[in-house]
Amino acid sequence: MNQAKNFTKGFVRENPVFILMLGLCPALGTTTSAFNGFGMGMATLFVVLMSNIVVSIFKDFIPNKVRIPSYIVIIASFVTITDLVMEAFMGALHAELGLFIPLIVVNCFVLGRAEAFASKNTLFSSVVDGVGMGLAFTMALTMLGASRELLGANAIFGLQLIEGDGMLVFILAPGAFIALGYLIALMNKLKKD
Amino acid sequence: MEYIVIVIGAVLVNNIVLAQFLGLCPLFGVSSKISTAAGMGGAVLFVMTVASIVTYLLSNFLLEPFNLMYLQTITYILVISSLVQMVEIILKKVSPPLYQALGIFLPLMTTNCAILGVAILVFQQDLTLLQGVVFAIAHSIGFTLAIILLAGIREHMDLLDIPKGMKGNPIIMVTAGLLALAFMGFAGIV
Amino acid sequence: MVLTLFVVTLVASTSLALIYEVTKEPIRLAALERKNNAIMQVVPEFNNMPNEEEFTIEVPGGELVLYPARMDGELVGVAIETFTRRGYSGTIELMVGLLPDGTIHGIEVLRHAETPGLGDKIETDKSDFYKQFVGRNPGDFTMKLRQDNGEIDGITATTITSRAYCEAVQLAYDVFIEKGDLK
Repeated sequence: MNQAKNFTKGFVRENPVFILMLGLCPALGTTTSAFNGFGMGMATLFVVLMSNIVVSIFKDFIPNKVRIPSYIVIIASFVTITDLVMEAFMGALHAELGLFIPLIVVNCFVLGRAEAFASKNTLFSSVVDGVGMGLAFTMALTMLGASRELLGANAIFGLQLIEGDGMLVFILAPGAFIALGYLIALMNKLKKD
Repeated sequence: MEYIVIVIGAVLVNNIVLAQFLGLCPLFGVSSKISTAAGMGGAVLFVMTVASIVTYLLSNFLLEPFNLMYLQTITYILVISSLVQMVEIILKKVSPPLYQALGIFLPLMTTNCAILGVAILVFQQDLTLLQGVVFAIAHSIGFTLAIILLAGIREHMDLLDIPKGMKGNPIIMVTAGLLALAFMGFAGIV
Repeated sequence: MVLTLFVVTLVASTSLALIYEVTKEPIRLAALERKNNAIMQVVPEFNNMPNEEEFTIEVPGGELVLYPARMDGELVGVAIETFTRRGYSGTIELMVGLLPDGTIHGIEVLRHAETPGLGDKIETDKSDFYKQFVGRNPGDFTMKLRQDNGEIDGITATTITSRAYCEAVQLAYDVFIEKGDLK
């Protein structure tokens, strides 16, 4: 398998958020700013990578019938680890992301990688896939967070560009959907080219 | 009175899908027809309510007394996936057409964050068992309302001439955004 | 099959227990540090350990925690951990610092889930809303929003959050007065 292609597939062609429409809850719920989107993306990256590694190593030992429950237990463990470690060392971000940290466990995108990729491929491919897809997810969330922050608060990564409040609606719930809609349209265009 | 506040708050003001961003996968996945949307709503209502009761009992009588709260996520998700399995078996027997219609989204309900989210919120907000049940039912009604509304709009949208670049997912997102905007009008009634 | 599942679960929960033990202390310390920072922000300079003298008072729906701050044994202020459940998105927790005569010396937001861009302006670094309270004694003025016949200008478009904030501060003051002499 071509590892470079394996690594880059998630960014546009198979982008988890914009094209596959997976993991939408954290994508919309945590992206009130570019930094929050980035933090959520990184937390998810860690979980995807670790669960891909473990699933890939033990794929031959796990019987087919109990495969999904086993994957869920593995993912849930890494989610709890992320939750505890973030609470201990990144208190502010942990408070900001709140409920969406334990909810990584039900991010269809994470289970999807374990089931569709790591359970069928070698360890090295799975690592590349985990990092690539995790980064693609982070990119998507950061993009969404940055556009919402830019339109809604006239700022990016907390840096105020223009004085004033901006179009508040983009920070609020409706703006999340609308911003994502336009980003998907943009991605569809990129995918075709 | 207290329960009315919970219900109105959950269904209209803090709608689980449109304001709290939980359960978005089924919202976009199963909202092409009103009838499937309603079926999904019913399944969510059942699983969410039972899941909240079971997880409530587990956390308050097992996890917390024995200081095992770090197992919360793992326990909750296992409870939910067993329940989903049960609903699947029951539906297959009782209503094969609905079972067919819900298709892949039934097993995917395990990864419906609305259900896990509500179970965690019931615990976090220190609700009593009865409050928790009302909370779960109200949230699933809110979910059903949002998904049926979106399905209704999408059925009409099939007949419209939508700009090429916005066809498919983008226009559905924008529609959901406008729906969320409309729901913001309920802010402040409780 | 069942055995595999059992082993997977066993390994998972054991490793979680391990991680939990490792992170328990840092989590406790981080929470304590957040609390101590908030106390330091809201009362005048002190040299005792307010969190070692803390005591709780039951109120309907929960309890308030009071942290007396002393300078060389003399009471200089009290930090009160107060709350309201009537925020726009549930509970708001504040640390309110009162001088011995009841004047508000400072307010910090400990926890809230209010809307980013609107309700989160109650945070001290996001707007000047809190300054309307600082230096004033709730006994001398009506600590309510203008539309409730009070003297506080609410944050634009966030009546519910602003009102809840006033309520939480008022609750802290009421408990402080009721408690009377803290020396």
